[in-house]
Amino acid sequence: MNFKSFLKNNIVLLDGAMGTELQNAGLPLGELPEEWNVTHAEVVTGIHAAYFEAGADMVCANTFGANSLKFGERTEEIISAAIACARRARGNRRDKFISLDVGPTGKLLRPLGDLDFEEAVKIFGRTIAAGAEAGADLIQIETMNDLYELKAAVLAAKEYGRGLPVVATCVFGADCKMMTGASPEAAVATLEGLGVDALGLNCSLGPADMLPVVRRMLACASVPVVVKPNAGLPEEREGRTVYNVGAEQFAREMGEILALGARAIGGCCGTTPAYIAELFKLKSAATPQKIQKKSLTAISSYTHAVYFGGAPVLIGERINPTGKKRLKAALKEGDMGYILGEAVSQAEKGAHVLDVNVGLPEIDEPAVLERAVCEIQTVTDLPLQIDTSDPAAMERAMRRYNGKPLVNSVSGKQEVMDAVFPLVKKYGGAVIALTLDDDGIPQTAEGRIAIAKKILKEAHKYGIGKEDIIFDTLAMAVSADGGAAQAAIGALRYIKHTMGVNTSLGVSNISFGLPNRDFINSTFFAMALASGLSAAIINPNSAEMIKTYKSFCALSGFDKGCLSYIEFAQSVQSSIFAAQSQNKAAEGGEKTLKYCVIKGLKTEAEAAAKGLLKTLPPLDVINGEIIPALDEVGQGFEKKTLFLPQLLMSAEAASAAFEVIKSAFAGGGNSKKIKVVIATVKGDIHDIGKNIVRTLLENYGFKVYDLGRDVPARAIVDKAKEVGAEVVGLSALMTTTVASMRDTIALLKEEYPSARTLVGGAVLNAEYARMIGADKYAKDAMESVRYCEQLEREIYGE
Amino acid sequence: MPTVLTGKIEKLDIKETMRYLGFAGVKSAEGMEELLSECENLILPVLAPKAVYEVYPLTRCGGEALDLGFARVNSHSLYINLRASVKVTLFAATVGAGVDRLILKYNKLSPARAVVLQAMGAAAVEQWCDEVNGIIKAKYIHTRPRFSCGYGDLPLALQREIFPALSVTKNIGVTLTEGDLMMPSKSVTAIIGIEEGNIQ
Repeated sequence: MNFKSFLKNNIVLLDGAMGTELQNAGLPLGELPEEWNVTHAEVVTGIHAAYFEAGADMVCANTFGANSLKFGERTEEIISAAIACARRARGNRRDKFISLDVGPTGKLLRPLGDLDFEEAVKIFGRTIAAGAEAGADLIQIETMNDLYELKAAVLAAKEYGRGLPVVATCVFGADCKMMTGASPEAAVATLEGLGVDALGLNCSLGPADMLPVVRRMLACASVPVVVKPNAGLPEEREGRTVYNVGAEQFAREMGEILALGARAIGGCCGTTPAYIAELFKLKSAATPQKIQKKSLTAISSYTHAVYFGGAPVLIGERINPTGKKRLKAALKEGDMGYILGEAVSQAEKGAHVLDVNVGLPEIDEPAVLERAVCEIQTVTDLPLQIDTSDPAAMERAMRRYNGKPLVNSVSGKQEVMDAVFPLVKKYGGAVIALTLDDDGIPQTAEGRIAIAKKILKEAHKYGIGKEDIIFDTLAMAVSADGGAAQAAIGALRYIKHTMGVNTSLGVSNISFGLPNRDFINSTFFAMALASGLSAAIINPNSAEMIKTYKSFCALSGFDKGCLSYIEFAQSVQSSIFAAQSQNKAAEGGEKTLKYCVIKGLKTEAEAAAKGLLKTLPPLDVINGEIIPALDEVGQGFEKKTLFLPQLLMSAEAASAAFEVIKSAFAGGGNSKKIKVVIATVKGDIHDIGKNIVRTLLENYGFKVYDLGRDVPARAIVDKAKEVGAEVVGLSALMTTTVASMRDTIALLKEEYPSARTLVGGAVLNAEYARMIGADKYAKDAMESVRYCEQLEREIYGE
Repeated sequence: MPTVLTGKIEKLDIKETMRYLGFAGVKSAEGMEELLSECENLILPVLAPKAVYEVYPLTRCGGEALDLGFARVNSHSLYINLRASVKVTLFAATVGAGVDRLILKYNKLSPARAVVLQAMGAAAVEQWCDEVNGIIKAKYIHTRPRFSCGYGDLPLALQREIFPALSVTKNIGVTLTEGDLMMPSKSVTAIIGIEEGNIQ
């Protein structure tokens, strides 16, 4: 019998702890437990045998830490020895299973840590390939603290696991979150999207403390749920540390978990064969509950899930270059700052999901989309909608996305379905399906419904259920076709209410070609919501749209006690008074731009810059107001009358004013000629200091290319050559990474000697800087600015 | 077997935060209250203090070499610190990954908030370490000031032996980078010497 069919019809009894058992058997401190697969095979085999004897249906081979980071070239040897131990313990029994045990790498993935996602996939892949080769029946990935690392492991299991079943369990704290923030619902959505055969939680807590997370997982999971608690918490008794839940109490508490519907139970740290023997009694008396398919349409970020079909979901449309000059320019320059600003402001305005589209003919879309998705995920925890017509870009973004994405879009075109559905199947995702096909967009609701049915049928072939499809019935310009609104709404009503599938609309298209588009958009939005719209792609900055949304939710019972409506309504002015108060605001804005920058007043600085631009050319605003203000603050910092956060508040106010100037006049940003490449060197992941230097240099009008942190010498030198940088700024905070700084400078001197090197960071001083060959040591950000100003004069004159 | 602790930080030490921000000797902190309270509101909900500790025997191996029970080291400064100790407590503590996420976010959006959050995170983990230290001191009474890798000549590489000894990653989720830095970054490992006297 294979594991999958056993799981389908039985409660699976897993084993208990291996690590604590090995310690009891004499594993010395400091020795890796997996070594014993080779050196003490009989002990490892004995532990497995004891678990089988106690009634376990499955044991985990002793491979928790068996990865190439720890064992290098011996990885395969250790794993094959581990599986051999488990097989010896199993003997000829055919209904007992052996799992490859896959624990975390021990490293945190970027952006929080320094391990690259693909590197993690490779590390897991090597372990998994070895386990499959050695004859494991399934792959159990466990004790995962980070959803992103878990995703890397599951992908590796799919790519290297020869089709073996995959079970994945996470660690949750008492706060019902994984260490890097994921909720149980986010973990379930992501793991089910990736196609695991069972999922659940292990370690960290005892059975009673796991109940809240178990309940939440069972409520949303459509695959069997696995629960492996610790034997309670470690406690000191008579000078010894012991786990505080005994075998009988453990089984009693697990009884409740089983009754809730868990399908595989076992133990983690501190449990022994005696615990498993108690669970065996429990299991023998219970009958397996049927696994209910929940049919939820869910997507997730790395923290939380968003469901479709309840309160309508708002998808922010602002990160899309169509018709947006400023965004196009930002994308071409590789300037992510603008995009990140849009992401955060839409989140603040109430969007639930953000659309990300970077499609421009002149850029490398797969690379830029992947980067945009990763960067946006560092500033917002909203789930993203990956919006592209390029399957290569879609795949790269879906692969790197942390969570289960929404994908925009598939359609009834065969070629598109052939490209998109395999990606949705592999990486997990809900997908927006446009009701159009090779013959174009049907004029009528009926035509669109027919295409929707065709799309569902095709998705079914891939094993993608209707819960992962959201139909967009296409809002077309009502100015061109008077029946446009009716066709879209007629189709969506049928799809939602008769076919039982969720719907979405790009609402603003409806008003194309008309003046005051918000009026039409918000009324159409209300009509669509009332007809059963599940999600809408809108501009969250539009007060009209948010007004309609909040009112609709209050009127249709999605907003209990109208609390959200009341909060919203009290925060905005009724349109009748809006005109009056606008005048007032203008009167209040008498503070000069210079004053606003000095005081670090960001919003006021923006307003003041807008005001000045009406009468002054941009360069006068920069040189007459912003730079003098920055100088004053900079001198204050140098003389210690002000301290760092104040300097930075001013820098931010200045940046905000610059942004106003930039969007008013394309290319008005850089008043200096010097170009600076800046990076934190290889091995070092501190970047706040470097970011401060970047911000101030940009404030002063220098063009800065920021390569980030942990950057190899080669990448720094190549970039400097590529852009013709006059200055290369390097930061290091640790004595250990000053060596990479020295290497970077050496490589620069060899290949690009004209660049001046500017170095800084906590461990450096002027003397040390000279020793490693740097041209200049700057003790803080202001000194970096002064140095670049001096060079500007030397190289380009005043 | 190591003991795992979880805690809660209700209020941040703002004075310590200001110290980390380099406030000493600066004349004015005008306009800072708002920024500080905004950042405090951001950081408090994401702090998730956890710690793990274990007591080890201490053996002197001649010269300045010490066997700490989980590793052998040759460090002059640690040798001085542990001169009168008979055992050591080794602990690892963290306030979790939430602070790093915030710093990552504001690093891209607002350097002023990033530096304040950075300082608050550092103050928070110190506060948590003081609490853990207090728990250990209450048990073993005669304890030395805590001593971390990187102090004096105690090498950072010792982290590679501390981590498996306490199963730090499994117990509290902290990991080591290539360069032996801890991630989440607001984490501390330290050795506390226990001197002769009231050892329980």
